[in-house]
Amino acid sequence: MNAFGAEHGGTEFDGTKRGGTELDGARERRVRSAGVELCVAELGDPADPTVVLLHGYPDSKEVWAPVAQRLQERFHVVLYDVRGCGRSTAPSPLRGGFTLEKLTGDFLAVVDAVSPDAPVHLVGHDWGSVQGWEFTTVRRTEGRVASFTSISGPSLDHFGHWIKERAARPTPRRAAQLLGQGARSWYVYALHTPVLPEAAWRGPLGRRWPDVLERSEKVPKGPYPTASLPTDAAHGAWLYRDNVRERTRRPRPDAYAHAPVQLITPTGDAFLSARLYDGLERWAPGLVRRTVRAGHWVPRTRPGQLADWITEFVGRQADGPSAVPVRRPLPGTGKARPERYAQRFAGRLVLVTGAASGIGQATAFAFAEAGARIVAVDRDAEGAARTAELARLLGAPGAWAECVDVSDEAAMEKLAARTAEAHGVVDVLVNNAGIGVAGPFLDTPPEAWRKTLDVNLWGVLHGCRLFGRQMAERGEGGHIVNTASAAAFQPSRTLSAYSTSKAAVLMLSECLRAELGDRDIGVTAVCPGIVATGITSATLFTGVPEEEQRRLRERTTRLYGRRDYPPERVADAILRAVHDDLPVVPVTPEAHGLRLLARFAPRLRRAVARAEPRL
Amino acid sequence: MKTGASPHVTQDLAGFREVQRLAYACAEAVAAQLVPGMTERDAARLQREWLRRRGVRDWFHLPFAWFGDRTAFTGFRVPTQFFPSGRRLAPGMPFVLDLAPVYRGFTADVGYSGCLGPDPLHARMLDDLLDHRDLVLRGVRERRPLRTVYEDVDRLMMRQGYANRHRAYPFGVIAHKVGRVRDRRWSPRVLGFGTQALKGLASDALHGHREGWSPLWSPYRFSDHPPTPGLWAVEPHLGFRGTGVKFEELLVVTDSRDPEESAFWLDDDLPHVRRRRAGGREAQRDGQKGTGR
Repeated sequence: MNAFGAEHGGTEFDGTKRGGTELDGARERRVRSAGVELCVAELGDPADPTVVLLHGYPDSKEVWAPVAQRLQERFHVVLYDVRGCGRSTAPSPLRGGFTLEKLTGDFLAVVDAVSPDAPVHLVGHDWGSVQGWEFTTVRRTEGRVASFTSISGPSLDHFGHWIKERAARPTPRRAAQLLGQGARSWYVYALHTPVLPEAAWRGPLGRRWPDVLERSEKVPKGPYPTASLPTDAAHGAWLYRDNVRERTRRPRPDAYAHAPVQLITPTGDAFLSARLYDGLERWAPGLVRRTVRAGHWVPRTRPGQLADWITEFVGRQADGPSAVPVRRPLPGTGKARPERYAQRFAGRLVLVTGAASGIGQATAFAFAEAGARIVAVDRDAEGAARTAELARLLGAPGAWAECVDVSDEAAMEKLAARTAEAHGVVDVLVNNAGIGVAGPFLDTPPEAWRKTLDVNLWGVLHGCRLFGRQMAERGEGGHIVNTASAAAFQPSRTLSAYSTSKAAVLMLSECLRAELGDRDIGVTAVCPGIVATGITSATLFTGVPEEEQRRLRERTTRLYGRRDYPPERVADAILRAVHDDLPVVPVTPEAHGLRLLARFAPRLRRAVARAEPRL
Repeated sequence: MKTGASPHVTQDLAGFREVQRLAYACAEAVAAQLVPGMTERDAARLQREWLRRRGVRDWFHLPFAWFGDRTAFTGFRVPTQFFPSGRRLAPGMPFVLDLAPVYRGFTADVGYSGCLGPDPLHARMLDDLLDHRDLVLRGVRERRPLRTVYEDVDRLMMRQGYANRHRAYPFGVIAHKVGRVRDRRWSPRVLGFGTQALKGLASDALHGHREGWSPLWSPYRFSDHPPTPGLWAVEPHLGFRGTGVKFEELLVVTDSRDPEESAFWLDDDLPHVRRRRAGGREAQRDGQKGTGR
């Protein structure tokens, strides 16, 4: 291999690049390594633990800019352009210059320069992650990697074993997995054709790439991708040609990680199937899994979320495992679902209104169990504090109580500002607070109407408006859950105010879903049905004397108690709805039934509405 | 067995207290022997053997043991799920032992909650559980209908953020009456329950049906009557997402007009009460500090 063919390649774009526009305040240096010169950028205080961010294909280090900005407060952040990319030089000849062995040499050269004394925390995306797996599993780098966060890039060795195992014993499921990943890897075969990919990148594909990213992945336009993209992509084709066939055909049998690994899987990745990471614990014991609902380019679309997870994981290695709240064994042994929620919601911020009791409280607990941070909001300060306390005991890394009346606009505005200031933007908002009102329309005074709409509708409106705007402005997606009711499908002569408010919530949710979908913010309307909560003991029965009112409350509370549908199951449905981004979720069998009735038997529905319940 | 509404019960209190202490001693001894890997059946067998060695020959019911999320009765639908299973104990797991020996003709029915290793949540739940001990006693002394006291307990559990798990018991009972059982050489059992004790309960139920009271303290209409004199084994059971805690001990109800004498706990020197006296709340607060929040 040539030792001094370094001048060729990446530097030609120095003049045209808007270098530094994105990595504000970065200190740049150049590091020589086996025939190339690497462009290394550093941010933050070198005395802090070092985090090395490795970019993928066809990117340059600028892909990490938004993540790096967030990490520099706490870490010494190091980024470098992989050989042949950005402002690093390319090897000559290109063939054979991009093997993982050489890339390992580059990594060691950079690490020796930026953190000679301490091992570094490694984060890789796409090809950066493929390289990261190599650095975390080969003997040469032992003691130099303190932890590794892998995003959208498997180890080629593990991938090779994965293919072999499935090809050797192709059960229908395994064959489907193999074919599925085979189809997603179309670009890998394409990149193995000679010359054509380079021509495409330097030609039309390179020009249109930013549009492609914006349209397919909602990657915001801006200084990324950099102007060096066509050359980066053309050079990078050799990453595939030099390694993929070789490694997948003859995977190393001993590719075991020698550092703790965190795996972040975007569930909407068009190039990598989530199945690829099945059984990864074999190679990386103690693996921490996280999932995020996003496409492939998460460093651009979910920088805040990545930064949080990286910070948490790196912090855990630095402070020792004792600093981490002990995860309680999840109830329902052998069920995969709670683990799925933990992967998705760990560390996320969840705000629940009406959290002092019933469905709101159960929801706060379910999220706490999955490791989310909780803001418990309720008019009942004592109850909210109680929920926050138990949420912490359940394993929430943080839980706070807020005493706010959701119908109070000014108070809600203050709550939104206070929450953003203290804990950041809310990732999941559960607008659950609501009151029960029952009685015929003619007996319902305007005051009762006003109160019902103020809490049940305006409360939800304020929540959606204030927190929804924060989510949209942050641009990293999110989810809003509004608790409607089965009464939203089913008219009733005795629930006019309540049903009206809940039907409005249902419609609001569906409209909002249409609007916010573009920004990756999901909206769910949950319609529980008859659930044993405190709502019945506070329901306002209009048009009856005080004594009768008490009797009716007791009676309905008993009826609901006998029905005995626990709020925990509604909470479970809410977590599932957020996880799978469902639009309308009826929970109890009667809610499902009423929904079907509303759809397919409207006349029957009207007949049911006329029936007077005997209480 | 005649639990009867008669005041002569008080003469037997020493006997009941003795067997209740014996049962709690058994629970504590077995809890100290529990190690990871043991099954619920192992724990139940240990209790049975411990009591047999001390002369117990008859049972109100055979000892139960529940581990892990079975302490909160998650997913319990049919009565057979109450019986000890092959669930194995793991570090950090909560457990509940429930045993009801009959000794020299006196019955006890006790429940004991523990945890294999420190757990701040479990400690917190034990503290909160004791509030129900006070609440039940207050309600009974005020001669409130048993169904109302039940609903008070239910409401407090809800306010505490927990689920009422004794709702999963047969008839959703929070308590049942116990009384003297005639010593027989041969004491057969049906589904883990001693026939002598069941016979007593059945005769109480019959009397009660005629007189308008019930030996089962439940949320239903048949418990809509003031407390009836006798011995009640009270067993409030809290459940919270995979963790459950309960105690069970005897409450003495008399027909005295003096509130203090009208109802009192048979014994105040029991593990869960001692725990509070030893400053359970402080201990639990220290425990919280250790969880690194």
